[in-house]
Amino acid sequence: MSLWRQISRGLRTLKNRTAADRDVADEVRHYLDEATDHFIAQGLSPDSARRAARIELGSQTAVHEQVCGYGWENAVETFSADLRCALRRLRQKPGFAATSLLTLALGIGATTSIFSVIDGVLLKPLPYSEPAQLVAIAHTAPGLNMKEIGMTASLYVTYSEQSRVFQDVAMWSTDTASITDLGAPEELPALLVTNRLLSILRVQPEAGRSFSPWDDDPRSQRTVILSDAYWKSRFGGDRSVIGRRIMVDHTAREIVGVLPPSFRFMDREAALVIPLRFNRNDVDLINFSYRGIARLKPGATLTEANTDVARMLPIASARFPMKAGPGANMFAEARLGPLVQPLKDVLIGDVGNTLWVLMATVGIVLLIACANVANLLLVRAEGRRQELAIRVALGAGRGRIVRELLLESVLLSLAGGIFGLLLTFGVLRILVSSELPHLPRIHDISPDPLVVAFALATSLGTGLLFGLIPALKYARPQLSNTLTNGGRSFSQNKAQSRTRGLLVIVQVALALVLLVGSGLMLRTFQALRHVDAGFSSPHEIETLRISIPSAQIEYNDERALRMEEAILRNIERINGVSAVGITNTIPLEAGSNDSVYIEGQNFAAGSTPPIRRYKAISPGYLAAMGSHLIAGRDVTWTETYNQTPVALVSENMAHELWRDSRAALGKRIRLTPDEEWRQIVGVVADLRDDGVERAAPSIVYWPLLQKHSGRAEPFVHGGPPRSAHRTLAFIIRTPRAGTLTLLQDLRRAVAAVNPSLPVADVDTLESIYDRSLARTTFTMVLLAIAGAMAFLLGVVGIYGVISYAVSQRTREIGIRLALGAPLHDLTRMFLRYGLLLSGIGAAFGLTAAFVLSRLMKAVLYEVSPIDPLTYGAMSTALILAGALASYLPARRAARVDPAQTLRAE
Amino acid sequence: MNKPTLDKTPTMDQPNTDVIQGTLDMLILKTLSLEPMHGFGIARRIEQISRGVFKVNPGSLLTAFQRLERLGWLDSEWSQTDNSRRAKFYSLTRLGKKHLDVQTAQWNRRASAIARLLKAVS
Repeated sequence: MSLWRQISRGLRTLKNRTAADRDVADEVRHYLDEATDHFIAQGLSPDSARRAARIELGSQTAVHEQVCGYGWENAVETFSADLRCALRRLRQKPGFAATSLLTLALGIGATTSIFSVIDGVLLKPLPYSEPAQLVAIAHTAPGLNMKEIGMTASLYVTYSEQSRVFQDVAMWSTDTASITDLGAPEELPALLVTNRLLSILRVQPEAGRSFSPWDDDPRSQRTVILSDAYWKSRFGGDRSVIGRRIMVDHTAREIVGVLPPSFRFMDREAALVIPLRFNRNDVDLINFSYRGIARLKPGATLTEANTDVARMLPIASARFPMKAGPGANMFAEARLGPLVQPLKDVLIGDVGNTLWVLMATVGIVLLIACANVANLLLVRAEGRRQELAIRVALGAGRGRIVRELLLESVLLSLAGGIFGLLLTFGVLRILVSSELPHLPRIHDISPDPLVVAFALATSLGTGLLFGLIPALKYARPQLSNTLTNGGRSFSQNKAQSRTRGLLVIVQVALALVLLVGSGLMLRTFQALRHVDAGFSSPHEIETLRISIPSAQIEYNDERALRMEEAILRNIERINGVSAVGITNTIPLEAGSNDSVYIEGQNFAAGSTPPIRRYKAISPGYLAAMGSHLIAGRDVTWTETYNQTPVALVSENMAHELWRDSRAALGKRIRLTPDEEWRQIVGVVADLRDDGVERAAPSIVYWPLLQKHSGRAEPFVHGGPPRSAHRTLAFIIRTPRAGTLTLLQDLRRAVAAVNPSLPVADVDTLESIYDRSLARTTFTMVLLAIAGAMAFLLGVVGIYGVISYAVSQRTREIGIRLALGAPLHDLTRMFLRYGLLLSGIGAAFGLTAAFVLSRLMKAVLYEVSPIDPLTYGAMSTALILAGALASYLPARRAARVDPAQTLRAE
Repeated sequence: MNKPTLDKTPTMDQPNTDVIQGTLDMLILKTLSLEPMHGFGIARRIEQISRGVFKVNPGSLLTAFQRLERLGWLDSEWSQTDNSRRAKFYSLTRLGKKHLDVQTAQWNRRASAIARLLKAVS
């Protein structure tokens, strides 16, 4: 009841202030009258009675104010009055308001943008139901010297049957598939999955059905599920396609379902989802190129999952014993161990480092922006000094004044925040559509309530931060000084210029930190670009991929090779092409690995030697790539067709095993102990196959056609699994790389040999190379922009402080000039002050950069976080700029006319 | 520096003859429990009955009326006094009566406790 009364009375007063005031005035007057009567009754004359009554009451106005002052509506009225006043004041100085608004909008916008990226990529849970239960299953293999290997079919079968901790297990891989009977042949990305994967993700198809266990059985009808995008683009969203057959990789498959448009899995675009099939009784322990995924039972932990997998590993090995021969003890020897991780962690990878560095960067820019605006506010408050002093003298509480000053700053920051938020929306849209930095989970980045809340909190925080500085300074009543001198006494100027100086020092220090950061990134970028990746002139190298369906060539490798050579010859004849080669994997993209035996090095029976990268190459590959042949020669076509046992090795492998490239020639290696030895005929310069910033792996180069005895296929650790087609990449060296006409010529060359082969993934090596550096480039660009902004703000800050100091001290300058000081002295005085500020700021900045740059270590390459060149160059640049920024206003001091300043007051 | 209390909620930090807020509320409620009265009348009655010990500050008194009215313990209405003056009369509500009883009981408990303490010490 009382709450209702509070609200209603307050509202009534707010609506009609005058009526309420009159009410109170009447009551007070009545009190006075009654008191007068009382004194008259006691025998005083009417006049003295009235006087006595007045004395007893006290000041009528005071009582009136006291009574009216009660009630929450007063706070509301005060607040709205302050608000109107603040808005009016801001409108009067549009320049100041616009500058601050712009600065804040940029700072808050940048911070909020990076936060939304962090939110979408690192913080948001995966878009599946109960995502915390999803884990990725992989294994460690310390015995094979591999930190991580994937899943194999036998383990999948064991886990899905025996696990106590997993609700559901599935295995998957990606590949490409060609569709040939729907018009022009096309090559599409495909997802190969075991039947439980869609249920693990709790994905319901929008049409048709999901996979069932029967789909995984090799005896059943072949099926395929389409993605929504492919369904819409190819079939126009026609529901009658369900049940229709299409030719996928030259095998007929029935379309059984369509995925919902929101389906996304591990950042892989897939147009088709195809069941992974194998005979459960026939699985091997060899092919580890698949990936595992599972859903934990409710309440199960990661540790329990790892323990369970460790328990099941020997069960798998016992249940699916290897046929006698090499690698029989592979499991035990590899010392396979469990590596179960949350799915989200695997998807995100190490992008967190970059993102947090960027967050720190924009945070620093925001702080600098705040310092800037705080300085501007200090100047404004200085102008109001007299007004504030008078108000304090009249009895305004300190809290009231602080509140008023804060209101102005918070208004500014909130307005800046709104513009910043709009900026963020724009930036996010550009970021997501351009896919510039190659971030994982880029489609999960979107403005959501958390982002808006962050923008709001940041605006309020910054408003309070830079608002408190002038508010606390000027709410203090230093009355006597201010009211007498008109506020221009010397000691005061010192005090307030100290604060401004301090703010500028902070700005300069922060700017230097950012400049050092961007300098380090610049050097990292340069270092990376100067790395000899193992190929030359990537802008002149065109790559493309072709998949020959095994059915077409009846699983005969030699027939496939003849087809490939024919295509190669056709391409050679194209105008402008200087060299063509064929390989199985393109550099800087996923590579295939295998263990390699060295003649002369003995390995215990059953054990396996270290894993090396292998590439199958054709003659001409080295010429096309521009890789240096350090010793020996290339393979020849004759050798390839005759399956002559030859091989090439990379330079680092030659050095590791035989200490000299030349010494490697003639040595022999092989893949399996019962193969014949292959002779090394050439040594190739290192290739940074894993990425420019990683060390070059040791690589073995085989000819395209090889004899493998004993096993149906080599050990495959990583790389594409044995699939329904033979995929190869063509490397073409031509100045016409990247042009449309070249593409048309290439298509014609392929079609002339086999019209049903789609040409896929046409790209220049340069774009592949740029993509691999994309994250570093992105970080560098952002840091450079931030550094430039910070530099500008810092320099402007110094200029502002010196300029203001000169304008404040014109009287002093005038006196000095009148007393005979040389002009240069005065200029030097201000210049020294500016240099002092820059110098102290730079000193703090260097220290801070020294400490903070260690955090950047993860994103740097071959640059020390305390690289003296960067530090030196940046501090020098900043101090010089500071000197210039001080010099310009200092010159104005020299132009002061002493006669005028002494006269004016 | 002693600032005049223009924009602060009223406190009664003046020397000893004045009353503290909670006690003032109780005295007002008690006075009004007998009959509805206007502001001056209440002040007089409190002075009279306490035989001059409690002298009420008019500002605090009138503010207290605002507060108690908003709390729902008092009702007010404008009507005529005996000498045909227009005055604001306050009366006790049922809620106010309940609160008064609670406060009185509390006060009595405290007073007797203090009395016992003083007796014991001396």
